Amino acid sequence: MKPILVKGSEAIALGALAAGCRCYFGYPITPQNEIPELLARELPKRGGVFLQAESELAAANMLLGAASTGVRAMTSSSSPGISLMAEAFSYMAALELPAVVVNVARGGPGLGGIEASQGDYFQATKGAGHGDYHFLVLSPASIQEAYELTARAFDLAEKYRQPVMILTDALLGQMKEPLILRKIKPRKYPKDWALTGAKGRPGRVLRSLFLGPGELRSRNELLQKKYRAMRREVRVESYLLEGAELVVSAFGSLARIVKEAVNLAREKGYPVGFLRPITLFPFPEREFRKLAEAGVRFLVVELNCGQMVEDVRLSICGSTEVRSLPFPPSDLPAPEDIYREIKRCLRSPRR
Amino acid sequence: MKFEVILAGFGGQGILFAGNLLAQAGMEAGLQVTFLPVYGPEMRGGTCNCTVVLSDREIASPVVTRPKALLIMNRPSFEKFVPCLVRGGLAVVNRSLIPEECAVEFPGRRFLFVPADDLAEEEGHPGLGNMAALGALVAASGVVPPEKVLSGLKGLLPPERKHLFEPNRKVFRRGYEFVERNSSTAVRR
Repeated sequence: MKPILVKGSEAIALGALAAGCRCYFGYPITPQNEIPELLARELPKRGGVFLQAESELAAANMLLGAASTGVRAMTSSSSPGISLMAEAFSYMAALELPAVVVNVARGGPGLGGIEASQGDYFQATKGAGHGDYHFLVLSPASIQEAYELTARAFDLAEKYRQPVMILTDALLGQMKEPLILRKIKPRKYPKDWALTGAKGRPGRVLRSLFLGPGELRSRNELLQKKYRAMRREVRVESYLLEGAELVVSAFGSLARIVKEAVNLAREKGYPVGFLRPITLFPFPEREFRKLAEAGVRFLVVELNCGQMVEDVRLSICGSTEVRSLPFPPSDLPAPEDIYREIKRCLRSPRR
Repeated sequence: MKFEVILAGFGGQGILFAGNLLAQAGMEAGLQVTFLPVYGPEMRGGTCNCTVVLSDREIASPVVTRPKALLIMNRPSFEKFVPCLVRGGLAVVNRSLIPEECAVEFPGRRFLFVPADDLAEEEGHPGLGNMAALGALVAASGVVPPEKVLSGLKGLLPPERKHLFEPNRKVFRRGYEFVERNSSTAVRR
């Protein structure tokens, strides 16, 4: 199959179409407008709905409504817009609605900027809205992976009756790479919960208010059990781990720059490996723990002030050294910046 | 093989189009490619740049700070990017806007001064200096076969712009031939 040259945002939209997404609700914001642009053109051709809402709040609640009927539906936005949608996300998690949410993140807090940032890691993985809930979070590092993971997100959302987030940023959203439009076979899951009109069957109710004694507790326990079950979806990319004394970890588009730095270091003979979480929630705790038990140290590189590093530290429970190399949003770091830090880590004695 | 090039100039000089086209050509030639446009609150008339990486292996970073080649269309871009060029690297420079004396300060780099805007104007398409410069870059670097650029151009132009194929092809050819004709003198070290 011949590749096409597309932006990351376009690959996400194409992945959604390939997975049979039929509804899109959103409100424009930089740097993700190529997603609605493409879907506005393509969804109506396929009998789908593209709707630019009056606000992010409206869009997210339209998504909630569409998802409750069992149709494949999505929204996309960027950081401040995702914050506005957070209330609906909490309700969707409570109602166990399958839907896909894309965050092409930009720098914050507040209006921040429009450059690439990973400052929304906490928001994505710990739940943006209120209550004990999580998204299942996937973070692509290439245009091909953006396509595949978006398509997969729709399956996972239905498999677990669960909102799934694609967390990416302006770097991947705006760059172009070859994409092979591999055919996707959407999986089918029973939808015995969907509100499709109660003709010839008893009515169904989706609710998030539980006032009876113990009701809310068992509701929460059910959700937690589901989150634990989602651990089997954990995915990582590991590279050059053999003989590594230091493992550099990063997620998303920044991981590409980090991988280059690891290549540079290996060429110079430094014992360095690379581990990229693809699922950010559930976090690949076991993968980190195994390496820690083998005695490697970690360097966690992020395009924020240090967020994923906390999950790495929790995963390994202080059994080895974990250093943080944060790059708050402004200019992107060069591979050489990270390479220098790798050398510094390896030369310094263990703490 | 790994070839990293930064293309830079004023907004409106077709920098992103030229970079996109080079990436498309690389992809059609069977290479791995990344195309990274500069991205931010850009101003009209301000500088604009993009980074293209072509490789026969997996490309890790699309971000490049020490490129092997440059395509420079205006003076501010010359001043910003030439210092980043690796030693022995190639800079294709728009002589129509940048005097050759500028290169004196940067020994150890290969400069190819091309009257890109003038070549485009001679062909009757003054807005297509980007294609003349790209033609020169492709000729001097040999990074992709010129036919792939032309087939890439066909793929990039949407149906309503198909009539622009011929003008772009002609000016690209002029830039390409400029290097062939001046091969002994064009590249200054």
